[in-house]
Amino acid sequence: MSAVLRLYRRIRRNRAVNVSGGILAAIAVLAVLLPLVSQNNYLETDFGRILEAPGLADMHWFGTDDLGRDLFVRTMMGIRVTLLVAIVASIVSLVIGVLYGAFAGYVGGRVDAVMMRFVDALYAMPFIFFVILLMVVFERNFLLIFVAIGAINWLDMARIVRGQTLSLREREFVEAARLNGVSTARIILRHIAPNLMGVVIVYVTLTIPQAILVESFLSFLGLGIQEPQTSLGALVNAGVNQMESAPWMLLIPGGLLALILMCFNFLGDGLRDLFDARQNR
Amino acid sequence: MSLLNICQLGIRYGDVVAVDDLSFAIDSGESVGLVGESGSGKTQTALAILGLLPATAEISGSIKFAGEEFVGADDRAFDKLRATRVSIVFQDPTQALNPYLRIGEQLRRILIAHNIAAGAEADARVIETLESVGLPDPKRQSGAYPHQLSGGMRQRAMIASALITSPDLLIADEPTTALDVTVQAQILELLDTIRKDTALLLITHDLGVVAGHCDRMLVLENGGLVESGATRQVFGTPKCAHTVSLLEAAPRLKQSIAPQPVSGKALLRVDGASVSYREPGYGRLHAVKSVDLALRKGETVAIVGESGSGKSSLVRALLGLVAAESGAVSFLGETLPRDARSRRQQIRRELQLIFQDPAGSLNPQMRVSDIVVEPLSVHEPSLDRRACRERVIRILEQVDLGAEFLQRYPHELSGGQAQRVAIARALIVEPKVLICDEAVAALDGTVREQILKLLQDIQGRTGLSILFISHDLGVVSSISHRVLVMYLGRLVECADGQTVFGSPKHPYTRALIDAVPVPDPEAGIAHTSLSGEVPSILSPPTGCAFHPRCAYAESRCTTELPAPTAIGATTVCCHRATEIDLQA
Amino acid sequence: MAQYVLKRLLGAIPTLLFVVVLSFLLVHAAPGGPFDEERVLPDAVAANIEAYYHLDESLPKQFVRYLSGVLQGDFGPSYRYRDHTVSELIADAFPLSIRLGVMAIIVGVVIGVGLGTLAALKQNTVTDRVAMGFAMSGISIPIFVIAPLLVLFLAVKLNWLPAGWSGSSGVSRMLLPVIALALPQIAYISRLTRASMIDVLGSGFIRTARAQGLGTYAVVRYHAMKPAMLPVLSYMGPAIASVLTGSVVVEQIFGIPGLGQFFVTGALNRDYTLVLGIVIFYAALIVLLNLIVDILYGVIDPRVRYR
Repeated sequence: MSAVLRLYRRIRRNRAVNVSGGILAAIAVLAVLLPLVSQNNYLETDFGRILEAPGLADMHWFGTDDLGRDLFVRTMMGIRVTLLVAIVASIVSLVIGVLYGAFAGYVGGRVDAVMMRFVDALYAMPFIFFVILLMVVFERNFLLIFVAIGAINWLDMARIVRGQTLSLREREFVEAARLNGVSTARIILRHIAPNLMGVVIVYVTLTIPQAILVESFLSFLGLGIQEPQTSLGALVNAGVNQMESAPWMLLIPGGLLALILMCFNFLGDGLRDLFDARQNR
Repeated sequence: MSLLNICQLGIRYGDVVAVDDLSFAIDSGESVGLVGESGSGKTQTALAILGLLPATAEISGSIKFAGEEFVGADDRAFDKLRATRVSIVFQDPTQALNPYLRIGEQLRRILIAHNIAAGAEADARVIETLESVGLPDPKRQSGAYPHQLSGGMRQRAMIASALITSPDLLIADEPTTALDVTVQAQILELLDTIRKDTALLLITHDLGVVAGHCDRMLVLENGGLVESGATRQVFGTPKCAHTVSLLEAAPRLKQSIAPQPVSGKALLRVDGASVSYREPGYGRLHAVKSVDLALRKGETVAIVGESGSGKSSLVRALLGLVAAESGAVSFLGETLPRDARSRRQQIRRELQLIFQDPAGSLNPQMRVSDIVVEPLSVHEPSLDRRACRERVIRILEQVDLGAEFLQRYPHELSGGQAQRVAIARALIVEPKVLICDEAVAALDGTVREQILKLLQDIQGRTGLSILFISHDLGVVSSISHRVLVMYLGRLVECADGQTVFGSPKHPYTRALIDAVPVPDPEAGIAHTSLSGEVPSILSPPTGCAFHPRCAYAESRCTTELPAPTAIGATTVCCHRATEIDLQA
Repeated sequence: MAQYVLKRLLGAIPTLLFVVVLSFLLVHAAPGGPFDEERVLPDAVAANIEAYYHLDESLPKQFVRYLSGVLQGDFGPSYRYRDHTVSELIADAFPLSIRLGVMAIIVGVVIGVGLGTLAALKQNTVTDRVAMGFAMSGISIPIFVIAPLLVLFLAVKLNWLPAGWSGSSGVSRMLLPVIALALPQIAYISRLTRASMIDVLGSGFIRTARAQGLGTYAVVRYHAMKPAMLPVLSYMGPAIASVLTGSVVVEQIFGIPGLGQFFVTGALNRDYTLVLGIVIFYAALIVLLNLIVDILYGVIDPRVRYR
């Protein structure tokens, strides 16, 4: 347990990780709580007050859109959807990637070669276009977005986990355990997994912004989340159409989307520095 | 006036002091040895002279070269001095040469940068320099990439790059440490002959190297100078206790220090083992070819050889980590399955292994107590926690580590302590055989002696049998009852330690003995008769694989494989073993 | 070498076949036919249309027909642009897209490598922080946010550059789309270059070159540049995929009649044959470019052995 504690202490000392992690946590909490407080909801239209600029009146803090809907609550709903898609998609890619990569790396030999050839082949494909194809064919299914994005992102994870496992497997402490007849399950549990944890945490953090990007990209094109549901990408798209008359419709969701992505990127970079320093020591 | 004058040099990284109050001078043309163990500050000093320390280093004191002060100088000032006045040869040529650039191009860039020569004139100078360091066919080799050259040739190219500008001072930082032992002597000889008027600062951990090649020597400990003087004087009457312990730890080869042979029935036997791997693009690589081996109770057997000798493959086959192609391994008369996974748990317990890299052999995420107890929990699962803990404490005491180490993580241990933990992990299940794969190669001299002493003590107490793999005859000479010498996958000589060191029968064994630098300035340098390097195992020479490097080879050596022959206590594979006299 | 290229070319065939099979099956697994949304047609007309598009045949038969067409560069007729074949639409629209894409990649590599190298040499200084702050923004602000912002400020507010495609001509209308496409590439490549350059500058052979008094310029130019560029070269495959993806958005925002525009319209109109054709075309392009990158890698790194 104390290995985790040591890691936690080191993380506490890293400013990039703390600040970006703090901002993300705050955004997530606000996105969940504030819509409950607001007197508005994200569906209600009010054609009497369309394209209203941000202000304090009637709690239209971010103004209203071209249908007179409250943009503040819609933006918070968008953040919820964006974060949810990203996290679920990352878990999907984490599970597939780690299992696939660890298996290929630990078994090694011909099995590994075949499994990695498959990954290489998939790498060469324009996945985003496949996802669009998928969205076209299956009528913009919400669940499908998770699966599709997870299916793209597992490749990186599989490659990295496989590489690490392969080198860990050859490490002398694993060899020592194997020579003593320590069971495979125990070797994986006690010797491989704890040493993999670092890179897995780092790469999960770095796949989340990728997943967010794909989701918002699809929603922007109108191929992702469907009205009246919304996500940050869909809000940006609506904003682009009104950007000359109501620039806040573009700037607010676009800015929040960029902020969230930036925090995840900083978080990933910071964690990677932490783990790299550990490995170099 | 001295060429280089260092005065009260201090180098620190925050709170860590790397070099402290170091003063010395080097005159034109002289050769000075800078000796110390790892962390003594010798490389830091070399880098400071050339202004190559990282920006985080804080430097104080003075470094004057030809009267000019260099502490505090900027890169531009250093660039005028580098190569033209002071050159450096680094330890590992694989790292120090650019793998993406042809050798000739790397040398040519130096001439162009310092406006010494350009165009065809530069090309001619490059080829001339490469020839002077003994690179065969320099015209062709200048077009080669570093990975296409052998280790020794790479280091020759590195030396050529350092000397192409005829500098006043050459710094050689452990120039032979990364090379095969029989090549080390060649490189040192080359440095001696080629440097002419260039002064030499030879940085090394090996007192034997200093004894043969330096006029004066400086001994560093923890960043400070503890002793300096003429080499003969320091070796003859060392004043400082640290110098004395360094001298004691220097490997020596004497017939008298090898322990008496042991008799009795063999505990572990290997008969006619062969190992081969599939090398893509080449077919099969034959790493070990029909090797026999026997290990008795309480005996230490050393397997000695350079890179490509097959010593590690032999051990891996013995342990079942690779399946031997043919041959049999037996333990107490029981023939063992070739694959470790099919072996009985009891057999696994009896054969324990320790590795070269002490840090790599311990899981960085586990505490010492968990690392040491793991084999016990496999082989004696019935033990309760308290009994396990007692056993761990007891075994740690045996390797001279206290109970305060139980809660530590590997990164909190020094190299020597980590290796003691690895030994504790191997010995906690009370095996009959301990296999040490280059187990002291990564350790400093004094620590190495301590570990060897510890192994010998444990053997004396428990009758442990030890199989000791090493590339260095000097290291194993004090502990080996018997010595096996391997070359390109075959056993070339096998005898008890006293016989091997006293009267070697194979020319290769003789060369290995000569390659151990003698820590005695009076002894002079044993000029090795051995030329060239170990050929690639992928295409071994025909007949006796050693014949291209052998001074005694005759025509049948090139075609006929010599059979093992017994001469007295020695088994040797050489056509001419009875005719030639290899006494020193 | 020739053998290696041939081997890699042959190795790309299964990948491409997989692409074709997967996308073909996906489209044909779609619930409902392509013409379901249209007004109800008389049975005879519907049968005629189905026969025209060979929808009355069995799936394997349709696939064989489609595959042999694709091999001859024929992706069949478009479902929506009734007068055009998919191949014609691709031939019309692709040159424009590739022109934008190539320009964006060139800008991305030149500026990205320059910026990254500068940051690596000035590691931990203000220059480094500013460059990497810019790069962090570049990878974090999605292209569909950057592109409209560029239009809003540079075209609408300041009126420096034309906002749309039609109504203007020449270089000026290319400028904004190329900037929008290049910005994420500059950001990514500069981060990549900085990391690999720092890595290379810390290696033993750079220390040797510095000890030889070569000076910063020669050290970087002759010793560090080549190895530091290898990760950038490897990124060229994904970069092309990323620019093609970006072009889908950029073409829509700027109203450029490129392949990306057709792709989105096709997707929203459920023009299956068009979308299918473009996916296969893009996949082939990316597989081919990845192959070229792989071969170049071997040319630059002398330690790669062709086997």
